[in-house]
Amino acid sequence: MIHFDNVSKRYPGGHTGLAGVSFRIEPGEMVFLTGHSGAGKSTLLKLIGLLERSSGGQVHVNDRNLTRLRNSQIPYHRREVGMIFQDHRLLNDRTVFDNVALPLVVSGMGYKEISRRVHAALDKVGLLSKEKAAPITLSGGEQQRVGIARAVVSKPPLVLADEPTGNLDPKLSQEIMELFGWFNQVGVTLLIATHDLDLISRMDMRILTLHNGQLVRDTGETQ
Amino acid sequence: MSKGRNNPMRRRPGFRPDIWLQRHLQVALASLGRLTNAPLGTLMTAAVIGIALALPIGLHVLLNNLQNVSGGWESGASISLFLKQEISDKQATALSKKLRLHQRIKSVQVISKASAMAEFRRLSGFGDALETLDNNPLPALLVILPKSEYSTPETAQLLVRELGLLPETDIVQLDLQWVRRLQAITVIAQRAVLVLATLLGLAVLLIIGNTIRLEIQNRHAEIEITKLIGATNGFIRRPFLYTGLWYGLFGGIIAWLLVAISILLISGPVAKLATLYQSAFDLSSLDITTTLLLLTGSAGLGLLGSWIAVGRHLSAIEPS
Repeated sequence: MIHFDNVSKRYPGGHTGLAGVSFRIEPGEMVFLTGHSGAGKSTLLKLIGLLERSSGGQVHVNDRNLTRLRNSQIPYHRREVGMIFQDHRLLNDRTVFDNVALPLVVSGMGYKEISRRVHAALDKVGLLSKEKAAPITLSGGEQQRVGIARAVVSKPPLVLADEPTGNLDPKLSQEIMELFGWFNQVGVTLLIATHDLDLISRMDMRILTLHNGQLVRDTGETQ
Repeated sequence: MSKGRNNPMRRRPGFRPDIWLQRHLQVALASLGRLTNAPLGTLMTAAVIGIALALPIGLHVLLNNLQNVSGGWESGASISLFLKQEISDKQATALSKKLRLHQRIKSVQVISKASAMAEFRRLSGFGDALETLDNNPLPALLVILPKSEYSTPETAQLLVRELGLLPETDIVQLDLQWVRRLQAITVIAQRAVLVLATLLGLAVLLIIGNTIRLEIQNRHAEIEITKLIGATNGFIRRPFLYTGLWYGLFGGIIAWLLVAISILLISGPVAKLATLYQSAFDLSSLDITTTLLLLTGSAGLGLLGSWIAVGRHLSAIEPS
């Protein structure tokens, strides 16, 4: 599903984001990405979502060579990668329903099908009753669940999450992780960046550890 | 290089025209709703566009009217036939009777030497000086009106040539010169209006471009998020293009109203002036063609202006 081959990312000004990172994630895996802040977790996720391009090496996602992908193809790539952010990135002038519907609207789906899928996704994250609410009126945990519903509503094979529990208390974090676990069980590949070691130690999943832009530890495939 | 692999399989997941149309309608209405949510700001921008467009359109309508009027005058062009000094009034009357039978002539008016003198005395103010003259130096004059089918500049010219060959003729004058000058001035004015329209059209482009630029800045976060989710540039562009279109259309409607009201305001005095000239001239307002042209033109300008702005500023926004 994801294949990094000696990937490096240098920023203008000399800062190194990633240096010679190689790993492979198979379809259906659930992997945690950890490391101190500034170790390159966000950079790695950005390369997969093509928010940034690598400066060296090859990135393959979903059998697609991202190094060669033209800019005009990026939107179609992103539709197959659900992304979840620490700061949720919701549109505050739209309802919860409209926020979750956005990926489907973008891909040109009809209203009936959109409505059906959005309700299913909201039901899954337990927010069906809040579909008409504005995101701002929701709690942090609820907003994050809206973000998750938006990331999975188009049923992408791969979901990325950047510090999804960063602002949440342990109980809410646990709930979010259980949700991820459920998605994983229905076949979604997940890559979750977090520095909450306490939380992931209880999950017994594969962990990739970055340090100063280098992959220093890979616990290997679970299962 | 395996191109098929790099090409996402579902580039257009089953393009459906009904959904496409539904999307466009939805975006068009949504951007309209966004504009009506801030009616004052929208109205002000549209008013600026309207005023900029009203100026050239109003001048265009006035020029059209002027052309109608001068066209009417041209068809009424008269020919002044100055007879030789030695031709007496009696001979002049005889000639006029002969000419009235001419197939191209509608009417002939004789201005005798004496009446010419009287008119000259009255109008020139040289009354006393004229008293000292022994005899009347003015020739007799026939004012000839050609039949309407022979009154265009070209056909009237033929008649002028024919009349010039008469033995009694001294000078023949076709009183078209000033009409022609007026027409020449009208052509210059039309050019000026065209230049003005181009400049103000450019101004409208800039106004709309700037408005859309601000709109893009205001919706920066939204654009970023939609890009993250996989929206194509076309998808993101669409609401802004519709916004530009609406601005242009509203501006066009305001311009139409401004011109229509202005014409209504001056039509009264113009009608009064026309009666003073014994003319039944009626000031014409915006016709259907001009109206349609104005509205499609202004909407097109809006679309173009936003297209330019969106093209320049949208690519600068990339999610991070």
